[in-house]
Amino acid sequence: MTLKLGVPSKGRLMEKTFAWFARHGIELSRAGSDREYAGKVDGIEDVSLILLSAGEIPRELAAGRIHLGVTGTDLVHEKLPRWEQQVEEIAPLGFGQADLVIAVPACWVDVETLDDLDAAAAAFRATHGHRLRIATKYHRLVREFLTDSGVADYTLVDSQGATEGTVMNETAEAIADITSTGETLRANHLKILSDGLILQSQATLWRSRVAEYGAAEKAALAEVLRRLG
Amino acid sequence: MPNRSQIQARAAMMRVRFEAAGAQVVDPPLLQSAETLLDLYGEDIRARAYVTSDALRGEQMLRPDFTLPVVQMHMRDGAEPARYTYSGEVFRRQEHDPDRANEYIQVGYEVFDRDDPAGADAEVFSLFALQLRGLPLRAATGDIGILTAAVQGLRTSDQRKAALMRHLWRPRRFRALLDRFAGRKPEPDHRAALLGAADPMACDAPMIGKRRPAEIAARIAALRADRDTPPISDTEMAGLDALLGVRETMPYALEHLRDIAVDLPQITPALDRLEARIAALQARGVDVSKLDFEASYGRTSMEYYDGFVFGFYAERRPDLPPIATGGRYDALTRRLGNGAEIPAVGGVLRPDLMLEIEEAVR
Repeated sequence: MTLKLGVPSKGRLMEKTFAWFARHGIELSRAGSDREYAGKVDGIEDVSLILLSAGEIPRELAAGRIHLGVTGTDLVHEKLPRWEQQVEEIAPLGFGQADLVIAVPACWVDVETLDDLDAAAAAFRATHGHRLRIATKYHRLVREFLTDSGVADYTLVDSQGATEGTVMNETAEAIADITSTGETLRANHLKILSDGLILQSQATLWRSRVAEYGAAEKAALAEVLRRLG
Repeated sequence: MPNRSQIQARAAMMRVRFEAAGAQVVDPPLLQSAETLLDLYGEDIRARAYVTSDALRGEQMLRPDFTLPVVQMHMRDGAEPARYTYSGEVFRRQEHDPDRANEYIQVGYEVFDRDDPAGADAEVFSLFALQLRGLPLRAATGDIGILTAAVQGLRTSDQRKAALMRHLWRPRRFRALLDRFAGRKPEPDHRAALLGAADPMACDAPMIGKRRPAEIAARIAALRADRDTPPISDTEMAGLDALLGVRETMPYALEHLRDIAVDLPQITPALDRLEARIAALQARGVDVSKLDFEASYGRTSMEYYDGFVFGFYAERRPDLPPIATGGRYDALTRRLGNGAEIPAVGGVLRPDLMLEIEEAVR
C-alpha cells in the first residue's frame, strides 16, 4: 500500500504545490497528457499522487481516503466541523494567501464595523420587509462569525462564483468572500469592514487523522515529514 | 441506555397525564415551512435545523420544535381557552458535539388562556414538576418580562430602547450597547469623523445596491440624534446591574427586586405578576421557598419567551441538556396571529433523558 497525497488538480495552485514539494526533493507530475488526472511521484518510495478538486480534498481527508492533502485553510474550516479532530496541519505552503472578509458597498459611508452592519440590517429589514442579504459560499464560517459578533437581521444567500457582482445586481446587499489583494472588491465598489476579517487562509498541507496507516504508509509518512524538516 | 420503545412508552404515558389535565392531543406535521422559521429565528436556525426542499413548496425544515406549529394551529382555528399536548420527534442539526442527539422525542403541554396568566404559569410548572417527581433535578426559574419592563421604562430615547430590546437575547451585545448608551465607552473614531464631516454623504464610489441613499441619510440622522441623547443615568445603570445579578430563592428574589424597583419603578407591574405567580405556585403545592429564581435566566437560549421561564436540570449530570424547559410566549402569538394575540405558556420534556437518569439512579 502507498501513502496517498491529494493535490489540487488545476492551475497555479497545482503548479505551486508541485514546486513546493520539488524543493523538498519530492517530484510530483501529471502522468501522460495535461488532461489526464493521474499523477506520478519520483524521488520517494511508496507515495502516490491523487489529483483532486481543491474543494474535495477536505472531504477526502476526513473520509480517510487520502493520507495527506493540500488545500486552503478556508475550505478545511468551512467543510469540516471540528476539523482539528479530523485533520492535522503539517505545514503552511506560503502561497494561496487569502482573507475571508465581509464587504459592503463603499458608498455606505455609515457602515465601517460589524456594529454598524447590525444597525443597518435592522433598519434595512424594517424598510424592505426582508433581511439584509449576504452572498457567500462559506455559509458555516460566516454564520458562526456573525452569531459570535451579535449581528442579527441578516440572511445568507448562496453564491458559488462572481460573488462581488451580487450587490450591483441587487441579489445581495453585502458579501463574504475570499480576497487576496482586495482588487476585485474595489473594482466592484465594495469595501471591507474594519473588523470584518473572518479567517486568514493559505494553501496548507494536512494529514488525515482518520486514514489507516499500515507499515508502508507509516514509513512513507515519516520520510515525507523528514524531508519537510 | 433506554431503547426507542421504552422512550415512546414513557412519552405516551406522559401525554396521557397531560390529557387528564384537560389537554387536547395535537399532531403537527414533521415538515415545517422554512420561511416562517427563518423569519422568526433568523439565520441561526439553519445551524440548528435540517433543511430540505422540493420544487413545489420550496424550502422545508424538519421540525426543530413543536411550539411554532402549535401556535400557528391555535391562531388559525383554536377555541379559547385551549390546552394542547403532543409527543413526537424533533430534529436538531449538530455541528459541534457528536454526543448530542440530532433526533429525539419531546412531550409538551401548552396553555392558551387570557384570564389568569399567573394561574396558567403555575399550572404548567406544577404539572411538569409532577411528571418529573422523584428524579434528582434542580429547577431554575426566571422572568424575561422583568428585564423587558426595565428596558422599556428607561429614561432614554425610543431608538435606544429598541436597540436594547432587539439584543435582549444576546447578553454580550446587550452589555456593549448599554455601556455605550451610558457613556461608559467613547464614540468610535470613525463615527465621530462621519458626524463631523461637512458632507457626511460624500463618497467617491458610485451608489450601488438595494440600500438607497435615503436609508444611509436616515441612519446618519439617527446616529446624530443618538450622539445628542444624554447618557443613561448611573442610578438606572446601577438598577439594571443589580437586577441582572439577582439569583436567590423565589421569595427572597422578589424582596430584592422590590428594593431595586426603588431605582427602576417601571418594573413594579412585572413584580406584581411575579408575586401573583408565587402565590399561584404555592396554591398548587409547589415549595417556592426552595425554588431558585435568576433574573438573567433564559436570556441565551430561549428566544421567544417573554415572561415566566423555567428549566429542570440533572444536578449530577451537567453534561446533559435540560430535561424540561418552558415559558410564556405572548409575543409569539402576536407575531404569528395576523393581528390576533393570546397569552400563552407551555413547555417540553425529554422522556429519553428521564429514563437515562432513572437507570443511573437504580
